[in-house]
Parts: sequence; C-alpha cells; structure tokens
Amino acid sequence: MKKRYLIIALVALSLLSLFVGVSSISPMDLLDFKSEETEIFLISRLPRLIAIILAGAGMSIAGLIMQSLSRNKFVSPTTAGTLDATRLGILISMLVFTNATYMQKISFAFIFALAGTLLFMQILNRIKFKDAIFVPLVGLMFGNILSSIATFFAYKSDIIQNMSVWLQGDFSLILKGRYELLYISVPVLILAYIFANRFTVAGMGEDFAKNLGLSYNKVLNLGLVLVALISVTVVLTVGMIPFLGLIIPNIVSIFKGDHLEKTLPHTALLGVIFLLICDIIGRVIIFPYEIPISMTVGVIGSAIFLFMLFRGKAYA
Amino acid sequence: MIQVKEVSKYFAKKPVVDNVSVNIQSGKITSFIGPNGAGKSTLLSMVSRLLDADTGEVLLDKSDVKRWKSNDFSKRVSILKQSNFMNVRLTIRELISFGRFPYSKGRLNEEDEKMVDQAIEYMNLGDLQDSYMDELSGGQRQRAFIAMVIAQDTEYILLDEPLNNLDMKHSVQIMKILRKLVEDLGKTVIIVLHDINFASVYSDYIVALKDGRVVKDGPTHEIINSDALKEIYDMDIPIQEMNSCRICVYFNS
Repeated sequence: MKKRYLIIALVALSLLSLFVGVSSISPMDLLDFKSEETEIFLISRLPRLIAIILAGAGMSIAGLIMQSLSRNKFVSPTTAGTLDATRLGILISMLVFTNATYMQKISFAFIFALAGTLLFMQILNRIKFKDAIFVPLVGLMFGNILSSIATFFAYKSDIIQNMSVWLQGDFSLILKGRYELLYISVPVLILAYIFANRFTVAGMGEDFAKNLGLSYNKVLNLGLVLVALISVTVVLTVGMIPFLGLIIPNIVSIFKGDHLEKTLPHTALLGVIFLLICDIIGRVIIFPYEIPISMTVGVIGSAIFLFMLFRGKAYA
Repeated sequence: MIQVKEVSKYFAKKPVVDNVSVNIQSGKITSFIGPNGAGKSTLLSMVSRLLDADTGEVLLDKSDVKRWKSNDFSKRVSILKQSNFMNVRLTIRELISFGRFPYSKGRLNEEDEKMVDQAIEYMNLGDLQDSYMDELSGGQRQRAFIAMVIAQDTEYILLDEPLNNLDMKHSVQIMKILRKLVEDLGKTVIIVLHDINFASVYSDYIVALKDGRVVKDGPTHEIINSDALKEIYDMDIPIQEMNSCRICVYFNS
C-alpha cells in the first residue's frame, strides 16, 4: 500500500466524481466561465467532492484515533455510540430551542458527542471482560439506547421523518453553502497528525504511556474531543456514514501496522478513496436516480467488516 | 537514589502495602520476593509512580516521586509491567524508538537513532528489527521491551515479573542481560520475581514481602537461608550450594 498509488487513485477518482452526474459536464464546458455547466460544477459537483474528501478523511481518522485510545480494533464512532449521541444532541437542541441557530445546534451536538464518547470510555474502564468482539457489542448496545431515547422524543414531537434524514448519510444534498462546516476537519486532522505519536503511545496502555512520561489523561481527552468534532461536523452536513471509521483503519493496520504517524496519511487517503468509490457507485447504479451514501457504504462496508471478523481474531 | 519511606497502599480499606520502608542500593539488582498477594507489584508500581502511595513517600534523589515532572521522571526511571500483551502492531524498531519518547516526543533526531541502534545491537535484535511484535515469540518480545527500556536510557530499570511465561532458556537469557546492564552500564535494576532461585542466583539484594510488610531485607546471602525463608514462605526449604550458587530445593518440602 504505497502512498503514491493511493494519491494517483485519489486524483483519478476525484476527476471521475466531478464529471459523473445527471447533467453531463465535460471539462471543455468549464472553459466557458458563465455557462450553466460551470455553475453546476461550482455549486454542486465541486462542493460534493470536497465534502466527500473531508468526510472520508475525517471519519477514518476519527476511527483510527478511537481504536488506538480504546485499544480495541472494533471501536469506532459507529460502534461506540458517538454518532447516536451526536444525533440525540441535534434532536434535543431542536426541541429545546425551537429556533436553534446553526452554532447552537453544533455546540449542543458536540457536547453530546463528547459526553457520549466519554461515557463509553468510562464503561470500557469498568468492564473486566475486554474481549475484542464484546467491547464493540457493548458500544452498539449503548448506541442503541441513545438512539431509542432519540426516537422516543422524536416520536413524541412528531419529527421522526426529520430525524431519519440525519440517519442517512447523503451527499446529494451537498451544495455550496451547506457543507462548509466540514472544513473544521482540516485543523482537526492537522492536530491529529501533530499528536499522532502521543496517540500511539497512549494506545499501548496507561502504564506504558506513564512510563514514557506521557500525560495519559490529557491525550485521551484531546483524542475524544477531536473524534467528537469530526463526528458532529459530518453528521450535521452529510449524515451518518457507517463502517468507514471501522474498516479503513483496520485495513491500513494490516499492511502498515499501528504507528499512527506513519499510518495516518494512508488511512485518510484510503478513507477518501473508499468513500469516492461508494459515492460513484451510488450515483450510477440506478442512474439517473441516486442511492444515499450510507446505503452503499453500509452494504460494502459491512461485507468487508464481516470478512475481517472471519479472517482471524488473532490479529484483532 | 531511591528511598521508600513508610509507604502504604489500601485497596478497599485493606492494606496491600503496609508501612514499607526500603532503601534501594544504586548499581545493584534488588529483587522483591514473597508469596502471592504480598504486595510486591503494588510496591513496584508506587516506586515507578504508576500508583500513588496513600501514605508515606517514595523519594528519588530526595524528592517525592509525585513532585517530579512526568517527563523528567521518565528519563530517570523506567518500568516494564508484567502484561506482555500488546494489541498494537508495531515493528521491533518502532517499539524501541518509542523508548526515546521522553527525549524527542517521537520525532527522533540523530542521537536518538544512535541510541536505538545501540539498544537493538545490545539485545541482539538486528535481524528482527523490522518484524512486527505480534509475529514474535514471548522471549523475543520480552527482549524487545527490554531494548526499549535501554533506549529510554534511565538509571533505574524496574521490571514486574519479566520471566512470566518464559521458558528456562529465555528466563536465563533475560536475567543474564539484566546482570550485564548492571555491570556494564551501571544501571540499577529492581525486579519482582516469583522464582526464588533466580532471585538467589542473580540479585545482590533481596526485599522479602509478606502480607504487605517487609519481612526481611538485605544482601542475598542473608535472605537465602532456611530460617529466613521459613519466615517468608511458611515452608521448610533446604538450601543446596552448587557452583557457588545457593539453590532452594522447595519442590518436596
């Protein structure tokens, strides 16, 4: 898994993504700055590509950080309740402040995402039986509890329909002016890279980290804040993208190990490539209609996840 | 110099380490021995500030280990816990490089790389340095961990039952390495040992614990005798001298 090949694949898929869609746009059309094609390109196609890149890299890195900090290969925002907590946060912000501004929604969802992830880490500390499969099962249960609380309130206030929209990750709604929140991932990813070595050390366990003079709790909290930030921005703009944070870091780990500073770029690149492929498939399979990204990622991702489960617990 | 002063640790109000005072001799191997649940590992964890003492203090160079800056402390004292389990996929070289973390935070400079090379050579891991940890045998893994500690370049090296799950050959290999570290590099080694004979043959000083208290402590020859062992283990253990090693024959006592 050479970085060079990943970059080539990324560029090729990006170009493909820009020129696949209901209205056909060819690169030549873009030479005319005022044409309708150029407008569609700038308002829809380009934002969509940027959103895919930011969400793909963000969710994969969020998963990577969570797996490192929880010391479990099967923990990710999907399997630790982070995404469910985010959704609950958005819902409650909408119920409590009916006229919630964007910033209020974000802050609320962020607090919930962070609290949910912290709570899961606390549960993880308490349980004695730290089996590789058992831990994410606990996380899924925890997530389902949060999710049913959300459903209950949504049902009470008749906004189930609304909520199911955030449930489904969907890039077709991404337009200029509706995705810029995702840019928060950029500084978050830079921070993740700066702290990569600390995350790796923390991933070797608290005693191990303390031996090397690392302030374990600070690094742990920073990691969870980064994960919560990424989750919130992705859920609020795109919706839930399952499995991405789970499978991508695992695939990279098989080939490149767990030295985060070395695997972070690969994880981000592969996450974007995977998401681009899923998005393009979703766009062409029932052309001119579209399948939401959460569906394509869900189907392909769960197949890969099952394959990884059967492939051998020894490594997980 | 490490001094343990009237240190106690309670778990659920039960003392696990009870008013223990010990002075650790520099440039020697000191073994903590005693029956299960004697508090050996807990004491070692407090010396290495992985656990905080409830009362009393552990002094490194006359200042309480709690008051040391975490990073400075990790340049003076290193600890390897008994859990050899790692679910992090690192190559041996990557692991050993993390021994330099207190100095370089992971971005290794030339001197760091040199220290890593030396540690690899010292532990004879050159051929294996690019293998992943999870592809190794228990003995090789333990050697890699010790190499990491060597790269960490601390004056004090603390090990919690490093011979766990190792066969005879590898146990001897590890103990010889620790002996060499003390003799060649002037390190101070503190080690929790289960096997009384390894303690007898390889250590300079022994601290015997029982029910959280120090029962005996002194140079090895003062501890390895039938009377003292009776007090520590409640067993009549005859001692046989062979090639100037005192061997405790406890198997049928």
